[in-house]
Amino acid sequence: MKATSRNVGGVEVIKLDGKITIGSGDQQLREIITNALSQGKSKLLLDMSGVTTIDSSGIGELVGSYTTVTNRGGKLKLLHLPAKLNELLHVTQLITVFEVYENEQEAIKSF
Amino acid sequence: MERDGERIEITISSRFENIELVQVVAEHLCENAGVDEDGSHWVGMAVREAVANAIKHGNKLDVRKKVDATFELHGSELEIKISDEGEGFDPETVGDPLNPQNLMKTSGRGIFYIRTFMDEVQYSFNPGEGMSLLMTKDLAKGPGVASGKM
Repeated sequence: MKATSRNVGGVEVIKLDGKITIGSGDQQLREIITNALSQGKSKLLLDMSGVTTIDSSGIGELVGSYTTVTNRGGKLKLLHLPAKLNELLHVTQLITVFEVYENEQEAIKSF
Repeated sequence: MERDGERIEITISSRFENIELVQVVAEHLCENAGVDEDGSHWVGMAVREAVANAIKHGNKLDVRKKVDATFELHGSELEIKISDEGEGFDPETVGDPLNPQNLMKTSGRGIFYIRTFMDEVQYSFNPGEGMSLLMTKDLAKGPGVASGKM
């Protein structure tokens, strides 16, 4: 998985590309979030549009990331969910946990 | 189904990078049987989760231990068996991920996804051999999560 970050109005927009699956991407996601927090970035918007595959481990890492950021007083929100990821969040009712946006400007304003 | 009687068997060593090999076979088998991309994807996802569990929880990442995957097509019913060489476990001990107290857990959703995407799921344990997961899907019933179970 590849991640590219940019700061927009104090919000760190992190675009994830590739797989977030067991042994490939799941640990990377954890490191990306940990690094952002250690740099004092606590408003995180994950752009998921480039995520090609995600499994239960990847979903678990998303949940873990959400908890970590929230416990540190920050916010983690999701942008541009691919349809299949959206369905995986729906069937596990995690869609009720995450704030999900389709428009980046709206997402940034929401922080 | 034109592919009635099709049988494919794959054996992999317990490495996460081998999971996709088995997933791809599942998806191609479904597509060759006339299932659309979405339906094939969800069956492939169930296989991915089953193989990941076999590698991680069954064989405990021991690369000397194998995971066998067998695919058989009987009419429109796809039967998939995933076997490991592990000590086995009781799938009933895995908490319901929809239970509010489990909602924010970082693990425990793999079996739930398998049960969501497949029609029938059965676990069996043979001491000295390992754990087997037998799952079936009627490919004629149409795909997926979106049209079926949501």
